[in-house]
Amino acid sequence: MLKNAASQMAGVGSNPLRHHHNKLWTWPFILAVFAILALGAISLFTGVYDIRGQADGKEMFFTTRVPRTLSLMLTGAAMAMAGLVMQLVTQNRLVEPTTTGTIEWSGLGLLSVYLIFPAPSLLLRMTGAILFSFIGTSLFFLLLRRIKLRSSLIVPIVGMMLGAVISAISTFVGLLFQMTQNIESWYIGSFSNVQIGRYEYLWIIVLVTVLIFICADRLTLAGLGQDVATSLGVNYNRIIFLGTALISLAVGIVAAVIGNLPFLGLIVPNIVSMFRGDDLRSNLPWVCLLGMGTIMTCDILSRVLIMPFEIPVSLILGTVGSAVFILILLKQRRSARTPR
Amino acid sequence: MIQIENVKKSYTSEAAIGPLNIEIPKAGLTSLIGPNGAGKSTTLLMIGRLLDSDGGRITVADMDVSSSKSKDLAKVLTILRQENHFVTRLTVRQLAGFGRFPYSKGRLTNEDEEIISKYIDFLDLTALENRYLDELSGGQRQRAYVAMVLCQETEYVLLDEPLNNLDVARSVQMMEHLKYAASEFGRTILTVLHDINFAAKYSDRICAMKHGRIAAFGTVDEIMKPELLTDIFETKIEIMQGPYGPIAVY
Repeated sequence: MLKNAASQMAGVGSNPLRHHHNKLWTWPFILAVFAILALGAISLFTGVYDIRGQADGKEMFFTTRVPRTLSLMLTGAAMAMAGLVMQLVTQNRLVEPTTTGTIEWSGLGLLSVYLIFPAPSLLLRMTGAILFSFIGTSLFFLLLRRIKLRSSLIVPIVGMMLGAVISAISTFVGLLFQMTQNIESWYIGSFSNVQIGRYEYLWIIVLVTVLIFICADRLTLAGLGQDVATSLGVNYNRIIFLGTALISLAVGIVAAVIGNLPFLGLIVPNIVSMFRGDDLRSNLPWVCLLGMGTIMTCDILSRVLIMPFEIPVSLILGTVGSAVFILILLKQRRSARTPR
Repeated sequence: MIQIENVKKSYTSEAAIGPLNIEIPKAGLTSLIGPNGAGKSTTLLMIGRLLDSDGGRITVADMDVSSSKSKDLAKVLTILRQENHFVTRLTVRQLAGFGRFPYSKGRLTNEDEEIISKYIDFLDLTALENRYLDELSGGQRQRAYVAMVLCQETEYVLLDEPLNNLDVARSVQMMEHLKYAASEFGRTILTVLHDINFAAKYSDRICAMKHGRIAAFGTVDEIMKPELLTDIFETKIEIMQGPYGPIAVY
């Protein structure tokens, strides 16, 4: 066997290079880009107001339709990426902003801002949401380190319990100060209020995407655990801190501008992982695209299902997401049973 | 050379390790043996800077592991633990490629790719290089981890129970590979082994530990003595001369 190995070694230099990084611009990816563009076009021309027939159609188009479609794309990418980074950092497939309490914390952050400042600006609300989601997510990660039994199910259960406690606090505070309406409308995330002047902060997500791309390999390494990361010379705690900051930034912005969007961060990364594995750098464009596609499809559905009314998009996402969550659970159980 | 001076680690008042004093010379394969709870893995983890010591000094190639920069150490020593449960879905080649991280920070050069190919071929993983880790058998996965560690091209390679969960054939194969890596690639390999006879057949040196102390350190023939092993493992152990060297019988 060793002779065999030795002869293989001798031939190394003459072997053609075998690259492993998945190519990005493959036919499926180009098709996916076109599919997203098509969905975007449908989203632009879906709505009760007849933008082609009315005199102020063009104005309406640029005031509401374009911002709505753009914000759909940006939030879709943001939530999908937040879920992906979270799954790497916790080494758990069932984790995303709604199963870790991050969303609930950002809700509490918004509420706190409303309590402290009368009529707060969007920037102020956003800052509160980002800050609180950072505190909450860090707390959750610290809690996880103390838990010995880190089976794949325990982690999201702990997160959901934590989230339930936080949302109970929010409700209590809301009742106490008569602000329940604020919370209730927030928990039902919807894009119906998006118009020019109210969504521009979402562009920060582009910056988050770039940062995640820069740290991609480090984050993938964090997914291999503290020991492997340390052995390869990466400061594990620093990368976890960075990951948490990026997640909070993305979730906080979306929470302040749009509201609660459940399960997007769960569905998208799991589907991408199934087909392409977990090499973050080459997967990131796919995760963004699929995030955009999923939320645009759900939003278009939310607008046409009971036309001329609108269903909140979080309702559709929640339904689809729960189904996918259960499917992943079942699949995990099956693969755990089959002998390797 | 790995130098350990007065290193201590205390868990509770009963379970404490050290003070440890040992110099492990460069090159060759050194095995750490000893009963459960003797402190073998703890010692290995402290050398590999995955665990802080409570006192004393550890240097690897004249670098103090507690004060040197982790990213500099990553070019000198690498450590692989026994339990590796990756949720992350990577292919064998992607995983091995991460071994080049200390050098290329994720941007693999052609030179990196050649090095990766070299170790993948060496560990007989060529046909499996594009398979995902969760599709492999335990032995194949273990070899993939070792491929990553070898891709790091560090002078010192620390392995915590690399034969864990491997059958006899897989274990022999793994030890052959490690022995070859030590002799042909000039690596200094330090490994925790449970099976005395595997340690005897493949090691250049054996370090025996008991109750958190180093009980004996020497060549295979110096350690493979019935009185010494009987004392260390507190079990009657006889030594016989087998076709490939001394064999412990218990």
